[in-house]
Amino acid sequence: MNESAPAARIIPDRLDHPVRAAIFSWEMLLFLVAVAIFVVNSFASPYFLDPYSLSDATFNFTEKALIAFAMALLIIAGEIDLSVASIIALASTLMAIAAGAGIPTPGLVAIGVLVGIACGAFNGWLVTGLKLPSIVVTIGTMSLFRGIAYIILGDQGFNSYPEDFAFFGQGYVFWVVSFEFVAFLVAAVVFWFVLHRTNFGRRIFAIGNNPVAAQFSGVRVARIKFVLFCLTGLMSGIASICLTSRVGSTRPDIAQGYELEAITMVVLGGVNILGGSGSIIGVVLAAFIIGLVTFGLGLLNVPGIVMSIFTGLLLIVVIALPILYGKLRQGRQA
Amino acid sequence: MKLLVKYRELLLVLAILVVTAAIAVRSPGFVAPGNLLSIFNDTAILIVLALGQMVVILTRSIDLSIAANLTLTGMIVGMLNAFHPEIPVGALIVIGMLAGLGLGAFNGILVWKLDIPPIVVTLGTLTIYRGMAFVVSGGKWVNADQMSPDFIGLTRHLLFGLPVLSWIAIAAIIVFYALLTRTPVGRALYAVGVNPVASVYAGIDVGRARFIAFCISGVMGGLAGYLWVSRYVIASVEIANGYELNVIAACVIGGISIAGGIGSVGGAVLGALFLGLINNALPVINISPFWQMAISGAAIILAVIFNARGERPQGRLILKRAEKAQ
Amino acid sequence: MTTPLLTLSGISKSFPGVRALHEVSLELYPGEVTALIGENGAGKSTLVKILTGIYQPDAGTIEIAGKPVSLPSAHAAFAAGITAIHQETVLFDELTVAENIYLGHAPRTRFGTIDWKTMRRAAQKVLDGMDAGISAEARLRDLGIAKRHLVAVARAMSIEARIVIMDEPTAALSQKEIEELYVLIELLKKEGKAVLFISHKFDEIYRIADRYAVFRDGEMVGKGFIRDARHGEVVRLMVGRPVDTIFPERTAEIGPPVLEVEGLSHPTEFDDISFALRRGEILGFYGLVGAGRSEVMQAIFGMTRPSAGEIRIDGRPIAPRSPADAVEAGIVYVPEERGRQGIVIGLPIFQNVSLPSLRRTSKSGVLRLAEEFSLAREFTQRLDLRAASLSQDVGTLSGGNQQKIVIAKWLATAPRVIILDEPTKGIDIGSKAAVHGFMAELVAAGLSVIMVSSELPEILGMSDRVAVMREGRLIGIFDNHGLSAETLVRAAAGIADEAAA
Repeated sequence: MNESAPAARIIPDRLDHPVRAAIFSWEMLLFLVAVAIFVVNSFASPYFLDPYSLSDATFNFTEKALIAFAMALLIIAGEIDLSVASIIALASTLMAIAAGAGIPTPGLVAIGVLVGIACGAFNGWLVTGLKLPSIVVTIGTMSLFRGIAYIILGDQGFNSYPEDFAFFGQGYVFWVVSFEFVAFLVAAVVFWFVLHRTNFGRRIFAIGNNPVAAQFSGVRVARIKFVLFCLTGLMSGIASICLTSRVGSTRPDIAQGYELEAITMVVLGGVNILGGSGSIIGVVLAAFIIGLVTFGLGLLNVPGIVMSIFTGLLLIVVIALPILYGKLRQGRQA
Repeated sequence: MKLLVKYRELLLVLAILVVTAAIAVRSPGFVAPGNLLSIFNDTAILIVLALGQMVVILTRSIDLSIAANLTLTGMIVGMLNAFHPEIPVGALIVIGMLAGLGLGAFNGILVWKLDIPPIVVTLGTLTIYRGMAFVVSGGKWVNADQMSPDFIGLTRHLLFGLPVLSWIAIAAIIVFYALLTRTPVGRALYAVGVNPVASVYAGIDVGRARFIAFCISGVMGGLAGYLWVSRYVIASVEIANGYELNVIAACVIGGISIAGGIGSVGGAVLGALFLGLINNALPVINISPFWQMAISGAAIILAVIFNARGERPQGRLILKRAEKAQ
Repeated sequence: MTTPLLTLSGISKSFPGVRALHEVSLELYPGEVTALIGENGAGKSTLVKILTGIYQPDAGTIEIAGKPVSLPSAHAAFAAGITAIHQETVLFDELTVAENIYLGHAPRTRFGTIDWKTMRRAAQKVLDGMDAGISAEARLRDLGIAKRHLVAVARAMSIEARIVIMDEPTAALSQKEIEELYVLIELLKKEGKAVLFISHKFDEIYRIADRYAVFRDGEMVGKGFIRDARHGEVVRLMVGRPVDTIFPERTAEIGPPVLEVEGLSHPTEFDDISFALRRGEILGFYGLVGAGRSEVMQAIFGMTRPSAGEIRIDGRPIAPRSPADAVEAGIVYVPEERGRQGIVIGLPIFQNVSLPSLRRTSKSGVLRLAEEFSLAREFTQRLDLRAASLSQDVGTLSGGNQQKIVIAKWLATAPRVIILDEPTKGIDIGSKAAVHGFMAELVAAGLSVIMVSSELPEILGMSDRVAVMREGRLIGIFDNHGLSAETLVRAAAGIADEAAA
């Protein structure tokens, strides 16, 4: 820096053109990966490009993506919620009880949403009120929430939901576009707007990069984190409604492992697991990639558990490659 | 109270004693030595895994893949036994531990050489390792009738009145205690967790220490792989699904700080025993076993709340210091 | 003339875009203290990192006792007998004192395991030899900062280091503790160790060092015996030009009280603090490090909750429960720990500046980037910020420019009261003058300023009145008319006038 330059220079807003920045972004890489998978899939199986089967494929990721959006905000703010799948189980269980008591569909939806928010608020209170690390707190509530579901249901299942409840997981808004897919799109737009276009979103980034300095800058850190936990709970509640409606039954082991898949989606989407950076577009692309991979492998009759190898490898490889590339380049220079 | 904050293991001992006493009132048979020993035996695998996990947590990392490691190594030794019954069980245990070492080293390399956060690495390898268990087995199970009598019998064999399974856990406790308190490597693991920056200046390679921690945890996963398959007489892709959380729970309840650098072998063992105790106590006092999960969840939360009080920075205490000076 | 124990010659080190060290040479002699002097960014810390094996030099040689050595790792440096005592980050809170001293070179038993008994005994012996009054079995977290330094010194003695680097060891110590440290340095000298002493403070250097070496912009620009060097000459070498120590001239137009604090207390940090800050006034807060000044300011700023007392703005009581409340009431705080509390590294300049003003730059909660850029441009230009663009990450700026960002951020909120905590600590002399000049402008514009500072020239040069704190209590408030440095030092250290030598 040239300290002796004449004073009162005009400092430009930015040096890099935004378009240039976009071309060399993580999202662009994800987009190319998604396109590649799409092309490979359409060659690999003649059934892939069928609109009905493509529509079916979206169910592979919509519910997890709903959670992943909220989780992305939470992780950018430097926290994490491992209890989301257990919130799904608890919300589903209480909906089952309510349905058993003859409560109609609107009531069930309200219960799903409220249970989600309540669970999220409990997490948020433990983390912000009692100042505990979220990773252990939510490992605890992960056991607690699903544990309550087990206490209520034992090893029983429940499957007598009202007929119109099926709409959320099995209904179509028009042609092959399912309700879940529409919910996914709406949530994507809403979360994109909140994270990238509002004060609230900006403060999330500030908190994630430096919570102490954010606090010292007048950001109400605890309140925002609390809201984010509630939001994650809410999205888990909505995911619970969709999932319960889709499978038409509730068991206490419902949605097992969803938390890891949602987090994988978030991290694959370019969100820094240590907080501070990330984008909703990345998460949307990651959701499509995971959905396309699972669907493509499904068409090739690859069993689900083997697909998870690919998801895991994808996660590690996509994160490791840029690091390896950087190291190699550095090594050559030295 | 101050003593309790300082020696957090003490509180856990008290909690365990209170729970045991409360159950003993309802059902005196519960505290019979034989029953207590059988609870210990039931908890042996959890202890083995918690010790491995603890070492990783000490270095400010976490190993979510430890249960998947168990599943894969369990499947490997189970299948080897089924198809090559002539391989002695001792050799199988070594093979299991070596396989586990390999899996742990893979985690460790990614953390060490590529600086990927441990939670991301092991989130990925968790699904990979479990998926590989499916690939090597083709989705089939290894059942009791395919296993050799030695393979099943070893963990059950009584030695001085205790099953070998319990002895293995005891041996692991001793080895870990010695490792963490008596060896430079063990102390380096603590140092890295307490203050990574200062560790570098003390000549400790932080990444290498984490790598070693993951290797240790991998070996324990491999050992547990054999123990699990031998004890429950089944190897399948589904065994120990989600068990990594029980292992982490045992550590957290045992006062191992997730922020690294704090925790003891005693704590990890007590944490595991506490969970084992609850597990075994519920049927005795006629509470549905379905309560178990919620109780361990509540225990984790309470343990975290309590431990956080001891760890919180206290400020400068200027007034107190001034008083002392006068 | 003794031969040097450590000789560096032609050491160069570059980072992408920065030349940190350029053909630097330096000699350290056994039994002597060499002071390394230079402004921030002169390359001192890079040199320390090379000597401790953290960085590798691009060129040059290192010789110990005439033999060339390479220090590829921290461990190698350690084995070569080089140890560093750092400001605060060196030690391990959760481990015992004995282990802090012996980590990495603990005595072993026959079986290769750590011999705790011997280790504790040896550690105690080293500590007692220093008259430290510390138990080797204590946990480090229970010790104060000064005692931790003693442990660090004990560590240096225990590894039989021949070369001891002390990197600003007195930064966080009280005067009494500094004196104790000097005694230890004498002890190290007597044992024939070569000491490299890095400090900003001239009185210290003249007190303890035998030789000096001055760094500027990554080059060694002068060295010699401290007894032969005149003060002004060393300063001139350090900054490369005569230093303008004149503080901005200003005519104080002091108005009515703006901020009143009455009986403010905290259970552990401070007690019964009362003062009033008037419009257009700079109120200096002087005291030793750890006197509780920052703690009081952070309570006024809503970071910590006081247990008793009242805070009033324009006669209206306020009870800020968070910084957000304080900012709304017109109180802002420029923290001492700039990197941790002041700026958000990872966010660009304009977002750092707009962070507390988002409510004004946005429209019903939706961001308006154009407004943010114009706000950021207005205030950063007033402070003469040097940056390539407003979208640059604040982490890439120098300390002085980062401080300007923090001040710009607060000015954009149009505050009534601005509290500056050690505003010029660790920033270069050019930025220092800019900050001082700006403070004068602020009060001229009708703001009120509280300036917490441990630098006497700054306190005396800038303040209208000076409040002195000691051990959590307010000792007195002095009018800055013919106020002498001695008065303030006495009040801060608790030395009665008549007892003064």
